[in-house]
Amino acid sequence: MSEAPLRILFFASLREAVGTAEITLPAPSAGTLESLWPALTDRLGPAAVAALQAENVRVAVNQALGNAPLRFAAGDEIAFLPPVTGG
Amino acid sequence: MSVQVRVQEDDFDLGGELAALRDRHGGAVGAVASFVGLVRDVRDSADVSGLYLEHYPGMTEDSISAIIAQAEARWPLLDVLVIHRVGQLCPGEQIVLVLVGAGHRPAAFAACEFVMDYLKTDAVFWKREVVDGAEHWIESTADDGRRRRHWDSDDTG
Repeated sequence: MSEAPLRILFFASLREAVGTAEITLPAPSAGTLESLWPALTDRLGPAAVAALQAENVRVAVNQALGNAPLRFAAGDEIAFLPPVTGG
Repeated sequence: MSVQVRVQEDDFDLGGELAALRDRHGGAVGAVASFVGLVRDVRDSADVSGLYLEHYPGMTEDSISAIIAQAEARWPLLDVLVIHRVGQLCPGEQIVLVLVGAGHRPAAFAACEFVMDYLKTDAVFWKREVVDGAEHWIESTADDGRRRRHWDSDDTG
């Protein structure tokens, strides 16, 4: 039985650094954000992953920010968010 | 308590929204405070020729609703409307409207400023400016951070 893939979203300056707004990753059934770095490095390259790991990047799982260690489940939506400013 | 959050490309009309707010509340609202944010054409003496606003559909609206919920918990409010535009905007264009209705003016003034200060630091938007022909993503400023933090300690009514 296969698990629903993860949707990984990149916004703003991170989208430009990574070169795409969205990818899907086949999901291990669940895990922490750290467990995704190898697969993301294979897909996007080390420079892109370094940008995703910057200290001022926040990560949302299913549109909610959380505290480390961030956990996800199959089919989740993970978004990498650069510093925000509204108004 | 009426709360509306609209994230849209279309422009907005303050007069029309004020009339709609008054229609919603009859005589219960004694004070309406508003803020309109506009695209300026200059930053640090360099020419700004355009502003592009990006958002995360769903999460952006939730982030604004969370800010309004904090204002509601803090002041006696009757109506809060936030309209925030996204997409490509030119200098002089309207970006954001915060409209607050309350029984009396202390809550209306304070909540309007609070919501706007929090929008600058907590709302999920990204802005890309074109300055002197070059594009760059901008971040909230140290002053934005200070204005937001002052609400943590301020003894506002």
